[in-house]
Amino acid sequence: MALRFDREAGQGLRLISLTLAYVLVMLAAPLLMVITFSFWTQDYLTIDTTLTLNNYREAWGTPIYQVLMWRSLKISLIVTVVTVLLAFPIAYYLSFHVTRRKALWLFLITVPFWTSYLLRVFLWKVILGYNGVLNSALLGLGFIDAPLTFILYNLNAVVITLAHAWAPFAILPIFVALEKIDRSLLEAATDLGDSPLRRFFRITLPLAMPGIVAATLIVLIPTVGDFITPRLVGGTDGLMISNMIQIQFGKANNAPLGAALAVSSMVVIGLISVGIFLVGKKLGGRVR
Amino acid sequence: MKDTHTKPMIVIDQVVKKFGSFTALHGISAEIREGEFFSLLGPSGCGKTTLLRVIAGFEPPTKGKVAIGGKDMSGIPANSRPTNMVFQSYAIFPHLNVEENVGYGLKTRKMSKADIARDVAEVLKLVDMESYGKRKAHELSGGQRQRVALARALVMRPEVILLDEPLSALDKKLRDQMQVELRSLQRSIGITFILVTHDQEEALIMSDRIAVMFDGRIEQLDTPEGLYRRPVNRRVASFIGVMNFLPAKVLGVTDQHVKLDIAALGQIDVPRHDIDPAFDIEAVDTIGVRPEMFTLLADADDTAQMKVQGEVVDSEYYGDMTYYSVRLAGHDTPVTISMRNTAGRSVVPPGSQVTVGWGADSIVVFKE
Ligand SMILES: Nc1ncnc2c1ncn2[C@@H]1O[C@H](COP(=O)(O)OP(=O)(O)OP(=O)(O)O)[C@@H](O)[C@H]1O
Ligand SMILES: [Mg+2]
Repeated sequence: MALRFDREAGQGLRLISLTLAYVLVMLAAPLLMVITFSFWTQDYLTIDTTLTLNNYREAWGTPIYQVLMWRSLKISLIVTVVTVLLAFPIAYYLSFHVTRRKALWLFLITVPFWTSYLLRVFLWKVILGYNGVLNSALLGLGFIDAPLTFILYNLNAVVITLAHAWAPFAILPIFVALEKIDRSLLEAATDLGDSPLRRFFRITLPLAMPGIVAATLIVLIPTVGDFITPRLVGGTDGLMISNMIQIQFGKANNAPLGAALAVSSMVVIGLISVGIFLVGKKLGGRVR
Repeated sequence: MKDTHTKPMIVIDQVVKKFGSFTALHGISAEIREGEFFSLLGPSGCGKTTLLRVIAGFEPPTKGKVAIGGKDMSGIPANSRPTNMVFQSYAIFPHLNVEENVGYGLKTRKMSKADIARDVAEVLKLVDMESYGKRKAHELSGGQRQRVALARALVMRPEVILLDEPLSALDKKLRDQMQVELRSLQRSIGITFILVTHDQEEALIMSDRIAVMFDGRIEQLDTPEGLYRRPVNRRVASFIGVMNFLPAKVLGVTDQHVKLDIAALGQIDVPRHDIDPAFDIEAVDTIGVRPEMFTLLADADDTAQMKVQGEVVDSEYYGDMTYYSVRLAGHDTPVTISMRNTAGRSVVPPGSQVTVGWGADSIVVFKE
């Protein structure tokens, strides 16, 4: 029995060996390097490889890093909530009210995302800027007397830009989850006396929960680490932790501290993700 | 028919249902009595499910109306109708366990937790599922799911339970068992059941009355026996059981009889008391005989009313029965004859010459 199991395990290992090697080289190795770095110390041009927790002490203790970490989390949580809240009705409409050419609609949703992300961020600058499309239009229509300034180079701009950028990644998993709901379940709920609204909260939403959780994680995890958007549209109070990590690895030439910041934010976001996953599972009524 | 079956529970009045330019129901009218086990029987696509969904309120009729318990249901949504449905796919909520599924509708009625628990336990006992309360849908077998779906409808104590092919997903043995259980359950609780099925045997076994549908119309609405013995046309006759059709000519009509010249069987007086008086008897051009109305006569057996010679072409052995294909003298198409395999009767091999007995009262007349 044990022998057979070993042979089967060996077979399995050989089957996935290529993928495994790829994952090891491309994911695990860099990660290990970053983790290792975070326990070393930068000594001007050389690296002192004695293990130390000093970087973490600095990362968690210095006010500026704390502020940036909080702000990153806050921004990405807001972005996630906004994105998922906007994505849900779109996915719902697509799944329940579009009867013909669903594929075409999905395809159309992805069209804006054929251009580079950088280009789209710049376009948002054009739209949201002091002399931008939005301000000119509002001025021209006489709705405002002076250009709005709260829409660019701050947190709001970062949220708008990121929410737009990640919309399709949130729409798709929710759409798939909604598509998977057997329509006769909804009829059964109606048959048992539920009004459409009650039915939505008792059947549709719990069964869509896996898609909502997936959308939340897909948006949340990368946005915490985003550094381009805050750089381009965030101004100074829109800067995020990743910008600081980038600075540490670059200009500040303190890779170990950068690594410690990176690992710290990874741990934080990891914990938050697990939390979201568990809450989603509970809300989804233990859907399989 | 029991006399509790007299009050109409559901009145379907000239219901037309169109999907775009396609007409699924062409003016259906029927009355379903209180406490009745009523079946909608017909081939795939004839509109059975559509009619059931019109009654349940999932599809508004294009024309006509449905009344339940004397109340017009026009404009009343599905969630406010006194009906509950057992779906073909059972539609058990996957994120809820058996108890939560069964209690789903009671919770909507804002009943107290204790009352819900009591009713759920009671109905689960009724369908023999009391020890499965905590299981999820995916942990149940097909038959168990079917029981949960039924329990979920029963617990609502509706005036009517609508069942859309509830047994079609089960294997033969379980299906036979559930047919009996469902029927006796319905008898004991006295709720009106409307069953959709395309299985004529199932309809015959379970129903008080059956509406046979073809192409969005009810062709015949009758008791199982009425349908089997007096099908109104060839389509109904061949859909319910097996029917041998033989061309016939009307030779004369009297008050009591119609004299027919039937291919292979010869001239005969058929009694008129089984024939609908409204039926245009002069137009008869075909007759039908059920396989069991023919008998392969043993030499000694001489009680049959009429006899005709034939040759066995083929036989199918079913254990308790044997179905023979017999070519009758003077008619090319073989007829089907079923014989019970009683003690001492051996299976007649193909090629044998046989004498076939039949009776005038087993003949059903049809016109084109
Ligand atoms: N929503 C719809 N849109 C268009 N046509 C429909 C719709 N629902 C049913 N039909 C058509 O109406 C006809 C009757 O359908 P229905 O589902 O009532 O058949 P059925 O008798 O239940 O058949 P089956 O035994 O296969 O379930 C079919 O031809 C079907 O294609
Ligand atoms: Mg159907």
